[in-house]
Amino acid sequence: MTASLSSDSAAAAGDLSTSRVGKAATVSVLLGALVLAALPMVLPNYQVSVLTEVLIFAVLAMSIDMLAGYAGRTSLCHGAIFGTATYMTIWLAQDGSSIAVAMIAGVLMATMLAAVFGMLAIRTSGVYFLLLTLALGMVVWGICLRWTSVTGGENGLRGPGRPEFLNDHVSFYYVVFVCVALITLAMWRIVRSPFGLTMRGIRDSESRMQALGYNVPLHMFAAFTISGFFAGMAGALYAVFNNFVSPSAVALVLSVEGLLMTIVGGVGTLFGGFIGAAAIIALENVVSLYTERWQSVLGAVFIIIMIFAPDGVLGRLKDGFGKWTSRSSR
Amino acid sequence: MQDYFRLENVTVQFGALVAVDAVSMAIRSGERRAIIGPNGAGKTTLFNAMTGVVRPTQGRVLFDGNDISRAPVHKRSAMGISRTFQITNLFPRLSVAENVLLAMLGHTPRKFALATLPTLNPDEAERGAAALEMTGLGNRRHSVVTELSYGEQRQLELAMALATQPRILLLDEPAAGLSPRERVIVSDIIRALPRDLTLILIEHDMDIVMNLVDYITVLNNGKLLVEASPEKIKNNTDVQDVYLGRGGQDA
Repeated sequence: MTASLSSDSAAAAGDLSTSRVGKAATVSVLLGALVLAALPMVLPNYQVSVLTEVLIFAVLAMSIDMLAGYAGRTSLCHGAIFGTATYMTIWLAQDGSSIAVAMIAGVLMATMLAAVFGMLAIRTSGVYFLLLTLALGMVVWGICLRWTSVTGGENGLRGPGRPEFLNDHVSFYYVVFVCVALITLAMWRIVRSPFGLTMRGIRDSESRMQALGYNVPLHMFAAFTISGFFAGMAGALYAVFNNFVSPSAVALVLSVEGLLMTIVGGVGTLFGGFIGAAAIIALENVVSLYTERWQSVLGAVFIIIMIFAPDGVLGRLKDGFGKWTSRSSR
Repeated sequence: MQDYFRLENVTVQFGALVAVDAVSMAIRSGERRAIIGPNGAGKTTLFNAMTGVVRPTQGRVLFDGNDISRAPVHKRSAMGISRTFQITNLFPRLSVAENVLLAMLGHTPRKFALATLPTLNPDEAERGAAALEMTGLGNRRHSVVTELSYGEQRQLELAMALATQPRILLLDEPAAGLSPRERVIVSDIIRALPRDLTLILIEHDMDIVMNLVDYITVLNNGKLLVEASPEKIKNNTDVQDVYLGRGGQDA
């Protein structure tokens, strides 16, 4: 990770390049990774498993952020894409497929679904994109609920359990940690690549992008499919984590929760997904000890964040840090 | 000199409104042409038909011998047709450098790269830097577009169109909304463009137009009113009528 974060490659990019990564950002990311790597050594078992969930949902949040923060499209069907991978993985695994094969098939299935959804949704934007993806997600939910012979309907499907060596929480956590680190690195490379710059260009002005020779629908299709691929990876990991899947894994609530994580962390920050996922899952776990109405509390927290940090927690931190450094350099 | 860019009887109709009415035009390679006319004359619609934003209801658009009437915007752009917009159309949340970078990557297959950083080869970097120098933005490359003055944003429009090394450049009111001083900057930039670059310019400011172009096309109510050299246009009574407002009432 350090190699690609170093500024050497940026210097070689020539003088029009803007791909410098601040030292502060590099240090924060490494520090964050270090904390996530160290936490299981001090946390009790149950909380390690909660932390595993945080990592998995951070991937979902980042996949949503790829579209929302970079391409300017807010999706409400990523929960369904995520859950499709979960269903596929568990459905195959319970039939005796090896877990790796089942996961790969799950990710492929989610990617194909995203490709189909992408073709339908990419020509819309704004509220129309929101509503179209909402409807597409609902279709998946309806199928999973009604197609009982395959999905088990409301009863859902139970998997065969994790392989022996992943049974204890800590070793499973580290496997997920490595997977998520690699996935994050890949996503980070993509949003900083020419393709990522293209997405930001489309977010800012589609007509200008077209005039510059970009086939905007093609790029949007690719962006949607890639984003769905990562949502599928999160879903496949979730299948192994949860060993159970029911229609709630493809429900709208999940898409909304993923989007909330993105917004809380900071749209367009990518790494904000970790903060958002941690905040919302922690809240869910802590508050639900005291009241059944944890969603009301979540709503209140969300409103507070929207008022005081409309760019999300990480957006706010970046902003504050920028001001602080510019003041101290004066 | 040969016909480079041709319009043959181009009509653009939006429902009952005929925005461009059977306009034919032939622009030679290396020519500098202005399209003038009062508001609503169909100038920008004509530009949109040339660049592919709208497709002509009737008629053909030809570029360098090819019929491009049905080609989408991005394909025409790849052929070397570059434009600026009347209403500033930049990437407001990106830096000046990133704006130019996007302009230059648009015609390379590298725009699809997923795992590298957005980079330019030395040739392109030089061209991009030259475009910024030429438009007076050389020391603004790290500013975000929203930090630029309106005049600088218009200059960036030009820089992006130039960086791609177009074969034909369409400028839609490059000086729109600028102060007199900024207008001078923009017209100086246009004057300094390579003389072999084919240029089509929409502009209201007659002073800018008169000094910059070889030939003027006057549109009124979607129809071609007259085509002539700047001196002849200046003394043409029909044109004077249109600009004094009588032309609109005839229709």
